Amino acid sequence: MAAVTMVQAINMALARAMAEDPQVVVLGEDVGRDGGVFRATEGLLDRFGADRVFDTPLAEAAIAGVAVGLAAQGFRPVAEIQFSGFIYPALDQMISHAARMRNRTRGRLTCPMVLRAPNGGGIRAAELHSESPEALFAHVPGLRVALPSSPERAYRLLLAAIRDPDPVVFLEPTRLYRAGSEDVADDGKAAPLDRAFVLRPGEDLTLVAWGGVVPMALAAAERLAEEGISAEVVDMAWLKPLDTATLIESVARTGRCVIAQEAARSGGVGAEIAARLAERVLDRLAAPIERVAAYDAVLPYPRLEAHCLPSETRLLAAARRAMGRA
Amino acid sequence: MAQSTDALIGLYRAMCLTRAFDAKAIALQRTGRLGTFASSLGQEAVSVGVAAAMRPEDVLLPSFRDHGAMLWRGVDMAESLLYWGGDERGSDFAGPRQDFPVSVPVGTHAPHAAGVALAFKLRREPRVAVCLFGDGATSKGDVAEALNIAGVWRLPAVFVVCNNRWAISTPVERQTAAETLARKADAAGMPGERIDGNDVELVVETAARALARARDGQGPSLIEALTYRMGDHTTADDARRYRDDAEVSRQWAQDPIARTRRRLVDLGAWGKAQEEGMLAEHAAAIERAVERYAATPAQPPVTLFDYTYANLPAELAEQRAAFRPEDA
Ligand SMILES: Cc1ncc(C[n+]2csc(CCOP(=O)(O)OP(=O)(O)O)c2C)c(N)n1
Ligand SMILES: [Mg+2]
Repeated sequence: MAAVTMVQAINMALARAMAEDPQVVVLGEDVGRDGGVFRATEGLLDRFGADRVFDTPLAEAAIAGVAVGLAAQGFRPVAEIQFSGFIYPALDQMISHAARMRNRTRGRLTCPMVLRAPNGGGIRAAELHSESPEALFAHVPGLRVALPSSPERAYRLLLAAIRDPDPVVFLEPTRLYRAGSEDVADDGKAAPLDRAFVLRPGEDLTLVAWGGVVPMALAAAERLAEEGISAEVVDMAWLKPLDTATLIESVARTGRCVIAQEAARSGGVGAEIAARLAERVLDRLAAPIERVAAYDAVLPYPRLEAHCLPSETRLLAAARRAMGRA
Repeated sequence: MAQSTDALIGLYRAMCLTRAFDAKAIALQRTGRLGTFASSLGQEAVSVGVAAAMRPEDVLLPSFRDHGAMLWRGVDMAESLLYWGGDERGSDFAGPRQDFPVSVPVGTHAPHAAGVALAFKLRREPRVAVCLFGDGATSKGDVAEALNIAGVWRLPAVFVVCNNRWAISTPVERQTAAETLARKADAAGMPGERIDGNDVELVVETAARALARARDGQGPSLIEALTYRMGDHTTADDARRYRDDAEVSRQWAQDPIARTRRRLVDLGAWGKAQEEGMLAEHAAAIERAVERYAATPAQPPVTLFDYTYANLPAELAEQRAAFRPEDA
């Protein structure tokens, strides 16, 4: 077992899935010889050949649409969009077709595809390379949306996504691609579908996060512990469908919830989480639910980006407010 | 390559059935027994002709106006009525199980054809994906992307533009400055051909050539079949708001059905007796289909939850459990 980065873990999961299922194919811009601009598909062309790994023309609607056609024919395409900032032409295919194919043919044709894309900020990249559009997909019945937050969870969630018989949008936090490494056993074990991870147990407060801000939530929990506050950290991992049971169980117990969301605040997945908690455990809340999110501003270029995105400082302030220690 | 007389009779009958089915569907809509319906009046030769050139194992990706092709491929008229009547089960047809359901977002199925064709190519199967769309669809990026990718990868696909001159109220001249829609093939590096889409024999022959080419590993083609939308865009449209009746009347001279009948009569292969027999046969078959359609038991309302995912996720299972049909 070797220590791997998240991008290596993704590569490992792709290779594993391709080795165990000949229907799994990989397509996207520069995914072949170049191995993807982040190297997520490195070595796959050499190992599995040109019948399993295809470089596509620069055409996002077609990348998703070709995947729909392949999937309807029984393949399990894993399509890469180079950055989630360029995923929007593929939205039409995902919403109008991938998400609906099973329903509109009553199961005759289905769409077991994965649309992968690097997601989120914190990498000082050019315009439209740092957005977090996950809520656009999480709104759509028929889709699944997953975001990993560590190498191991990336490996297991991606295997779950590829094996799932329905379309999954898999958004990989770019800032975590090489942020650290950990031992990941290449054992082919998938994470459970639609289930959140409780990464750190706690009693006073629940910190809910997903994707790129999960390490921030874990760091905040560490700081809070020094202040005598026991914070539970829940990594949602799947934003569609949402693991309401884990959320409810945690917040009913702690009575306080702070949601950390890298995407813009309004209409984000955090709003849905807050709504579900309000519906189910309002009477157990000792403090208002807090949301720490990007401001509802156009995401600034790198020089101001950090001022817009959630920070550990803002997260800690929200947690202290919830604890009545502001 | 002219069709054999028997084959031509088959095409003629299929076009007539399509037209009779179409008229029935409109009548059902007018009397509240069907939802909005898109008539294929006047363009039957394109839809039927293209399907007739296909093999059963090929895959059709139709537009919403391709009843002719779908019926030829074995979709039951009752299934088609079920679809237009607002029931998802209409696309779970028993016949061509791998054919796609109609595409409602215009042109968005063109990339699927590339994907299906890629599947055939990867499995080294001698099969072809056949995609039908309208003149309006050729303005869409999806279509351009699909043609381009099919060209680069030399996919076994045939793209057919049914140029019926109109996209709702927009005439094809306002759709493109290109001289022909067939020329869009040039940019994708595939052969493109404009043909008279009201000549069913020519449609079959041209499509057959393109299919053979694709099957033989020589890549995709684009066919522009010129025809005319004789009816309203759909039952929800009134074409008199934007086009002259005189133009429509002139187009009747090109009616593909009348043309084919004349040809059969000239060949001595068709007469009054056959015509009357066929019409009665079609009327009876359509009546039976309408009866099957009307007698189809309704879907239990709760099934609205059941095909969103392969397995009900917890949150949806919860909504399903709380669902009460009487609340609607
Ligand atoms: C993407 C998209 N835009 C708009 C519509 C509404 N609409 C339905 S059919 C149509 C015109 C289509 O014209 P064409 O492609 O020529 O096909 P035809 O109707 O002539 O068969 C329009 C605008 C739609 N269904 N999909
Ligand atoms: Mg048209």
